[in-house]
Amino acid sequence: MWPRLERRAEASPRMRCLSPLIAVALTIIGGLAVFALLGKSPVQAFAVFFVNPVHDLYGVSELLLKATPLMLIGVGLAVGYRANVWNIGAEGQFILGAIFATGVALQLPESASRWWALPLMAVAGAIGGGLWAAVPAFLRTRFHTSEILVSLMLVYIAQFLASWLVYGPWKDPQGFNFPQTRLFPDTALLPVMIEGTRLNASFMLAIAALLGAYVFMQRSFRGFQMQVAGQAEHAARYAGFSASRAVWGGLLAGGAMAGVAGMSEVGGPMGQLTTQISTGYGFAAIIVAFVGRLHPLGIFFASLLMALLYLGGEQAQQYLNLPASISNVFQGMLLFFLLAADLFITYRLRWAAPSFGRRAWMQR
Amino acid sequence: MDATLIASIIGATLVAGTPLIIVALGELVTERSGVLNLGAEGTMAMGALSAFIVNQAIGSAPLAVAAGMAAGVAMSLVFGYLTLTMLANQVASGLALSIFGIGLSAFIGKPYESAAMPMVAPIRIPVLADIPLVGPALFNQQSLVYVSWALVAAVAWFLYRSRAGLVLRAVGESPASAQAVGYAVIPIRYLAVAFGGAMAGVGGAFLSIYYTPLWSQGMVAGRGWIALALVVFATWRPIRVVLGAYLFGGVMISQLFVQGLGLKLEVPAQFLSALPYVATIAVLVLISRNAAAVRLHSPVSLGLPFRADA
Repeated sequence: MWPRLERRAEASPRMRCLSPLIAVALTIIGGLAVFALLGKSPVQAFAVFFVNPVHDLYGVSELLLKATPLMLIGVGLAVGYRANVWNIGAEGQFILGAIFATGVALQLPESASRWWALPLMAVAGAIGGGLWAAVPAFLRTRFHTSEILVSLMLVYIAQFLASWLVYGPWKDPQGFNFPQTRLFPDTALLPVMIEGTRLNASFMLAIAALLGAYVFMQRSFRGFQMQVAGQAEHAARYAGFSASRAVWGGLLAGGAMAGVAGMSEVGGPMGQLTTQISTGYGFAAIIVAFVGRLHPLGIFFASLLMALLYLGGEQAQQYLNLPASISNVFQGMLLFFLLAADLFITYRLRWAAPSFGRRAWMQR
Repeated sequence: MDATLIASIIGATLVAGTPLIIVALGELVTERSGVLNLGAEGTMAMGALSAFIVNQAIGSAPLAVAAGMAAGVAMSLVFGYLTLTMLANQVASGLALSIFGIGLSAFIGKPYESAAMPMVAPIRIPVLADIPLVGPALFNQQSLVYVSWALVAAVAWFLYRSRAGLVLRAVGESPASAQAVGYAVIPIRYLAVAFGGAMAGVGGAFLSIYYTPLWSQGMVAGRGWIALALVVFATWRPIRVVLGAYLFGGVMISQLFVQGLGLKLEVPAQFLSALPYVATIAVLVLISRNAAAVRLHSPVSLGLPFRADA
C-alpha cells in the first residue's frame, strides 16, 4: 500500500485552519531537533525558548509589545495579499513611517500636548509608509512593473535614507557622535499601559486595526471587490471592479499600516530614531500574514507566536549561549512547514496499491 | 584621468558584475523551465557562508567555491520539494527560502563574523594582459570572472543550440505538451532549480572568497534580488544578462567613478550607496513599460504549479 495524492472535490476548510497548527507543531519538533543537534537538552531548551519568556507579567507585556508592530504590518499586508498584490517591502515602509513620525516629533513645540502630538505622529507615519508603498503601486498600475522587486529595492533605499538622516541632518548634537537623533520629548512618547512595563498604547491601536480590517475584509463591499479583482481578474473586469484600484488599495493599506508600526517603534520602545530601526518586523510580518491565513483573528495569534519566537531567541542567547538569530531560522521553518502542509487543503492522501507503471488515466 | 585609473575602474566594474552574471544566469535557466525562485538572496547568503567556512578551514578557494555550490543546491532542493512536489505557491516559497537562508546563515555564521581571509591573487593571462589599457583590466582577473564568461557562452549554447535546452524551454512554455510527448516535467524542473541554486551558491561564494574575503551578516546586500531583476531586464536572454550585470557593476562602484573623475560632489555617501537599488527600479520600469516585449520573451508557464498526473 502506498500513499497517493488525490485532488479533493473542493478545498477543505478544516484543513485550511488545521494547517497552521500542524506547521507550528512541526516547527516545535524541528526546533527541538535543532537544539538536540547542537548538544543542548531539548527539554531545557524548550523551557528556555517557549516558557521562560512568558513566565511573568513583564514577560507577557514584552510579548504583546513585540507582537504589536507584527499585528499592524501583518494585517495591512493581508489586505494586499488577498487582492494578490505582493507587497514584500513592508520593512521599507516601516522605516519611512518611523522617519516621518520622527520628523514630527523633533519639530514639536514646548507647549505641545500628547493629545494632538501622538495622533499627528501616527498620521505622519501612515503617510510616510503610504508614500513608500505608492511607488510600487504607481509603477505597477502605470508600467506593469513587478511590485515584488520594486518594493524590495525600496527597503534598501529606506535604510540608506534613515542612515543619512541620523548621521547627518538629524544627528543629536549632544549624542557623542552616535548615529541617532535626540531623545523624543515626553509628549511624543506613547503612554505606557501597565506600570513597570514597556507595553504602550499602540497595542490598543493594533487591536483596533485588526477589528477594522475584519469589518473591511469580511463585511464591506469594497473589501469584496478588491478580493475579486486580485483573484479573478476577468470576473472582476466583467463585474466592473477596477483592478488598478485593488493594486493601489492593497499597497496603500500595507504601507500605511507599516508606517504606523514604524511610528509605534520610534514613539515607543526606541524613543528616538537610530540606525537600528530596521528591525526585520516588515519581513517577519509576511510570515505572520501567511500563518494567520490572511484573517485578522489568525494574524492576532500568529503575531503572538512570532513575538514568542523573537523573545525565545533572546533567551536562548542569554541562557543557552546561542545567537539570537535562531529566531529567524525558526520563523523560516514555520513558513516552510505551512506551505508544505497547505498541499492538503486541495489534495488528500489515498492509500492505494502501487500502480506498476499504469497511466493515471487508466485507473479512473 | 590616467590609464591605470581607467583600467582599475573597468576591472572593478567587471568584478562587481561577476556575481550578478553567475546568479542571474542560474535564475534564468530556472525561470526558463517555468519556475520562479525568489530565494536567490538567501541562497547566496548560505553559499557565501559555506564557502567562507571551508576556505578558512582548508584554505582552498576552488574547494570553497564547490562548498558554496553544494550549499546552493541543498537550499534550492528545499525550494524544489516545496514547489514541485508539494505544489506550494512559488512566490511564497521563494520568499520563505530567502528569509530562512538569511536567518540560518546569520545563525551559523556568528562565530565567523568579520574574520578576514587574505585576498586571492588574480590570474594573469600572458600576452593578452599586456594589451595597453584593457589588458590588465580584462585579463588580470579572478578565476571566476573568466568562468562567468564561459558560463554565458555555455548557457546560451545550451538554451538555443542543444536538444536538452530545447526540452527545457518547452517545459517552461507548455509543461502539459512537453509531458504529452514524453518528457518528465517535474524531474527536468528539479534539475533547472538545482542549477539555479548551484549558481546562486557560487555567486555567494564569489563574494566571500574573492570580492571581500570575509563573512558578515548582510554582506549579500540585495544582490540576489538585483539578479532577479536582471533576468527580467535581460528578457530571459543570456547575452543581455552580461550587459545588465556590468551596467549594475558600474553603478555599484560609482564611488570609485566619482573619485576617478576628481569630482568634488557634495553628495552624502548613503546616496551613492543607494544608487544600485534606484537603478534597479529604473531599469525594471524601462523594460516592463514595454509589456508586449516582456510577454513575448517570458516563459508562459512561469510561476504556475504543475502536477504530472492532473
